[in-house]
Amino acid sequence: MLKRITHTFIHVLDQDEALDFYVGKLGMVVHTDADIGVMRWLTVTLPDEPDLQLALMLPGPPAFDDTTAGQIRELVSKGAGGGGVIFETDDCIGTYERLCAVGVEFTQEPTERFYGTDCALRDPFGNPIRFTQPPEGPIVVPSPEELRAQA
Amino acid sequence: MRSARGRPNLTDAYLGLPYAWEMLRGIEERNRRMLRARDAMDRAFAQPLDIPALARVAHSSPAHFSRQFRAVFGETPHRYLQRRRVERAMELLRETERPVTEICFDVGFNSLGTFSRTFSEIVGESPSSYRVRFADGGGALRVPACWAMAWMRPAG
Repeated sequence: MLKRITHTFIHVLDQDEALDFYVGKLGMVVHTDADIGVMRWLTVTLPDEPDLQLALMLPGPPAFDDTTAGQIRELVSKGAGGGGVIFETDDCIGTYERLCAVGVEFTQEPTERFYGTDCALRDPFGNPIRFTQPPEGPIVVPSPEELRAQA
Repeated sequence: MRSARGRPNLTDAYLGLPYAWEMLRGIEERNRRMLRARDAMDRAFAQPLDIPALARVAHSSPAHFSRQFRAVFGETPHRYLQRRRVERAMELLRETERPVTEICFDVGFNSLGTFSRTFSEIVGESPSSYRVRFADGGGALRVPACWAMAWMRPAG
């Protein structure tokens, strides 16, 4: 039986810049930063969730040939890299305001939906990120009539 | 094989091309600027966006912007914005009872005629006909807006 997810991966275009963003701005912490010769194995976690590592991967040889690495970089920079992260937060609006103030690029302001309050942003390279604050109590999918009444 | 700071571990064969790395960085930088303009359309579709305003977001000249955007995303920014506004209108038609005339302005069109014509051309039927047909077919779609915006913007 599979037990849990321990690592997930995202392509970045510069690992130092990725650290500035994921650690310096979002408040994650470095789990592993290891020069293993052919690549730099760099993972970060949330302070309260050390068992789920986000690996910040720089595409390049020998894993990807030069042309492929270039194609991946082009796709990431147009928002089509395929990676992305959704974080749960206990304060969507506060987090949004704090990160706006330090120049993070938001693509959607905090918005109330039936599944909570969420907002959207991009990392410096183009990867999509969301912060979702779940509603208090269970998520209830509204009926069409309730949706119309809300709108 | 340690790479120079900021440069990925691309091999000598690749970097041996005299301007390959600079060219790639140029493409990435252009893509990122165009993505910023596309994000602005997704975020502010209800506002009176025009090509000069979007070109400013993309740090491009109005003359070059549309061509560059199309090279990156396969359609002109004008068309992208039309489809975004129509997609948002489709949601409001499905999930609210707001009059068509109000939805037209809600999503950024400034004339009912342009809205109806653009909607019909893209969706294949008028806004009111779409609303009736959707209501007959089973009511509202209860999906997150981010999902709807990514996957329900009409193609074609």
